[in-house]
Amino acid sequence: MSLAYYPGCTLKTKARNLEEPAVASMEALGFKLDELPRWNCCGAVYSLAEDDLIHQVAPVRNLIRAKEQGKDELVTLCAFCFNTLKRANLLMKEDAEKRNTINSFMNEEVDYSGEVKAVHLLEVLRDDIGWEALSQKVKLPLRELKAAPYYGCTLLRPREIAIDSVEDPAILREFLKALGASPVDFPESTRCCGSYQVVSSPDAIAEYARPIFNSALSHGAEAMILTCPLCDYNLGRGQKELIEKQSGFREMPIFYFTQLLALALGLGPQVCHFELNHGSPESFLKEKNLLSQVESVQPIGG
Amino acid sequence: MSAKARKKKSTATAVKHRTKKPAATAVKEEKQTAAKLIPIYIMGKRYEVPEGLTIMKAMEYAGYILIRGCGCRGGTCGACGTFYRKPGDYKLQVALACQKTVEPDMYIAQIPFFPANRAAYDFAKLTTAPEEVFKLYPELFRCVACNSCTKACPQGIEVMDAISALKQGNIAEAARLSFDCIQCGLCTSRCFGELAQYHMFQLARRIYGARIIPRAEHLAEMVKAVNEGRYDRFLDELKQAKEDELKKLYQEREVEPMTAGEDWKPKDTTYL
Repeated sequence: MSLAYYPGCTLKTKARNLEEPAVASMEALGFKLDELPRWNCCGAVYSLAEDDLIHQVAPVRNLIRAKEQGKDELVTLCAFCFNTLKRANLLMKEDAEKRNTINSFMNEEVDYSGEVKAVHLLEVLRDDIGWEALSQKVKLPLRELKAAPYYGCTLLRPREIAIDSVEDPAILREFLKALGASPVDFPESTRCCGSYQVVSSPDAIAEYARPIFNSALSHGAEAMILTCPLCDYNLGRGQKELIEKQSGFREMPIFYFTQLLALALGLGPQVCHFELNHGSPESFLKEKNLLSQVESVQPIGG
Repeated sequence: MSAKARKKKSTATAVKHRTKKPAATAVKEEKQTAAKLIPIYIMGKRYEVPEGLTIMKAMEYAGYILIRGCGCRGGTCGACGTFYRKPGDYKLQVALACQKTVEPDMYIAQIPFFPANRAAYDFAKLTTAPEEVFKLYPELFRCVACNSCTKACPQGIEVMDAISALKQGNIAEAARLSFDCIQCGLCTSRCFGELAQYHMFQLARRIYGARIIPRAEHLAEMVKAVNEGRYDRFLDELKQAKEDELKKLYQEREVEPMTAGEDWKPKDTTYL
């Protein structure tokens, strides 16, 4: 089965370790992530100014590209792209006046009124495949992996676009369970990583990361998993500074959820691009016996 | 005889010589010489110029002497990017002044030059990493995908898609999409984010050409063979040939047909 797929710029450069394991994993699960033939930056962040419509043009244009392909669903991997696209779609669906302004500005494109649903890959795994079916495809269960699911903001806020309960999300926990890992819930899992604030306040990066790692560590987590390249950047850099600043912190490896998915499906480390991760996650995975590749992975039909 | 009448007569004579042409064509040519004057507006001032002229020729007809904003006159150099509008249509139109013929009531502004900074770089040190472009042109990330650049391109390039390709780190795609760019700068003049698209594309094509496109290995082999003297004796034969013999060789030479496939070979394979 083919799914219209929007990667986002970062997934083509710094976060190939988010994209490539996802594409390989979905193929192994019988789904083709079919990249839009034309796409542009999603806008990077949803513009909150009521009258700043020019910054809605970029996400809407991508939704139009999906519509042009005859698709009614667009799969995203990057949590930030997901957030921007889904919120822009909501605007186009619900605000007739702004919709008309944007459509009339983009007179070279077909008119758009929110027909394409922006979804995150985690939703595809939960709703289209299902945790039970996913767990049956696992070749290398991630036993003994105590992983803290970190959501950050953009999958869950604002409430209108959340992929799960805003207060008590379960989707990453269930995902980890399906892969055979031991999820470690921790209260700071939806605390903001600092987002783009670190651009104007680079010194604050460690202080944003501190409570998140403190909380995960004190609940017994050995690794953190996340869905967003910006969270990855901030937490990775923040952790590095924390380690440099005080000896109390030891390195906790950070993984994209798609890397664990690929490992569990037996696709091996080569599709995971661990060289792009912060720190040295491979030695950790080796300790956990999770780097051996399972041979003979057959894509299922579909 | 007035200049106009003289011109008419000489054209009529020319038509007469082309006896094989159908009469309809002759009539058409006759009409063209009696060019109707049409109104156009150059920088807001009204002029009447002969129909059928290019914008550039019409400007010259109106009395402009073009020192800048005029180069090859063949649609290749990018010096004569031009904006125009027509009454009753809000849409801004673009053209190359040397290519587009005038239309009644066009309001024309040629943009011979538009300020755009080209980053300085030592090409020998550049790699194919996407970050090379990001560092030299950080304003790349100011693009809001408004697509005004694409609408302003007289070459029909998907300018915004090429900018998107650069943001996605796909230098090869940016080079491919921007291949027809003649660097007229109209995209840059319309950019919401103040990007200098055409300089970025030139960088992309340079990196692509020098570092990404696969080398033609057979060319290197051929150059090596030439340098090793494999073809010297054939040249020596030609050098010693008499004039008549050379003429005969030339006239009887076998030419590769236009439609020849990859596997075409001459009948005489002595020189292969």
